[in-house]
Amino acid sequence: MDITSRFGKRLLAFFNYMGAVSVLFYQTLFWMFTSRIRKNHILDQMNKIGVSSLPIVLLTSMFTGIVLALQSAYQMQKISATLYIASLVALSMTRELGPVLTALVVAGRVGASITAELGTMKVTEQIDALETLAANPIQYLVVPRFLATVIMLPLLTVYADFIGMFGGYLVGVYKLGISHSIYIRMTYEPLMFKDIFSGLFKSVIFAIIISIIGCYEGFRTEGGAEGVGRSTTLSVVISFILIIASDCLFTAIFYFAF
Amino acid sequence: MIEIINICKSFEDHLVLDSLNLTIQAGETMVIIGRSGCGKSVLLKHIIGILKPDSGQVIIDGNDITRMSEKELNNLRLKFGMLFQGAALFDSLTIGENVGFSLKERRYDEAAINSRVKECLAMVGLKGIDDLKPSELSGGMRKRAGLARAICTNPQIVLYDEPTTGVDPIMADAVNELIIELHKRLNITSIVVTHDMVSAYKVATRVAMLYKGKIIEVGTPEEIKNTKNPIVHQFIKGLAAGPITEEG
Repeated sequence: MDITSRFGKRLLAFFNYMGAVSVLFYQTLFWMFTSRIRKNHILDQMNKIGVSSLPIVLLTSMFTGIVLALQSAYQMQKISATLYIASLVALSMTRELGPVLTALVVAGRVGASITAELGTMKVTEQIDALETLAANPIQYLVVPRFLATVIMLPLLTVYADFIGMFGGYLVGVYKLGISHSIYIRMTYEPLMFKDIFSGLFKSVIFAIIISIIGCYEGFRTEGGAEGVGRSTTLSVVISFILIIASDCLFTAIFYFAF
Repeated sequence: MIEIINICKSFEDHLVLDSLNLTIQAGETMVIIGRSGCGKSVLLKHIIGILKPDSGQVIIDGNDITRMSEKELNNLRLKFGMLFQGAALFDSLTIGENVGFSLKERRYDEAAINSRVKECLAMVGLKGIDDLKPSELSGGMRKRAGLARAICTNPQIVLYDEPTTGVDPIMADAVNELIIELHKRLNITSIVVTHDMVSAYKVATRVAMLYKGKIIEVGTPEEIKNTKNPIVHQFIKGLAAGPITEEG
């Protein structure tokens, strides 16, 4: 087989995959707006997806804020602009690192667990059983996970933004000697609504990616424990790629359009 | 009455059901036998509408379910109960919640659900285990709990996928007795998929053999025992040598 036809096949498989994922997304929206909302299920998922992810999200963003401040200090000190570290950390965290790092952490932790759970249900015929009991699996399983992720990921991102900035504050104030009040002012002054909005908007997109890919890979699991492992790995890898790719796309859109 | 007319189903290039025809009368217990992987469970999933055939019809009480919308199918499924091979109990729910799942989905009040759950669990000999999780039960108990879930809504048709597979012979006989008792007591139509001939002879009103995607013989247990068909004969006698193994 020549390289062109192999590339064509891969491309076709990619579009097939994205088509199937889009159908699941559409069906999720359909069931979300046309059936009763299962408050208890959503709250339960919000706890699993959001509250349980909080410690690792906080830890990651705190260290990122510290590292960001230290690395930029390395450059900024050369041009005597250490004051601007506060602004740099604030803008980097809200526009980029807060949403992306939180999404990657949640994709690894929650996306994998959604796929493993639904995949196990699939191979043990629990999803078929749901259908025989006249319950729609998308309404029962996907909608609560989707809604919980879409609500909790932006909230986690807000926490990540704050804690990341706090990490930068620790370096700026206690290591570089910037005064507390100047650091705070340099943090919030350059921040505009569009910076915060673009970060949170991206986190909603990432939440859609994580939940839909996680559920889709779970639903198409086949072949017992080995299949569950394969789907879980695929779910995390595909979510990571789509998060990075969509981050690039939406960053470019926000940069050029606003 | 259930009529399966000319259904074909392929998975990728593998033809599993090949213009299959079968009629199941109301109130009878039809046992479908065949080798592992021959498509018995696939046929069962077509009857309850989880799988759609590539062509052909599945007519239940005069309605073709292959043309039904999701909503119509869900309404029709209220007539059905299904026991899965591995019971397929929901891991995250207790046994009581599993059994009462359908009723809760239909928003029955809590007291009515609890009383029906207890009644069904008692019917399958599992009193007082409502609060246990499926992982705390043995294979046989899980099967019986699955059966309690299948009959909780008073279905008119119950489908059994390998009800005696994976349980010890004594428990297998208890499951058979349960199928017979439920059939007598509730006068339901039962479709049992199995390759366990002891179970097949015990519970069946009629037996149908599925081979290479088609039903090759249908008859009462006596007729099947005295079959002239060499394929059916090899299968029911469990012989290693014969047309099935020769044809591959």
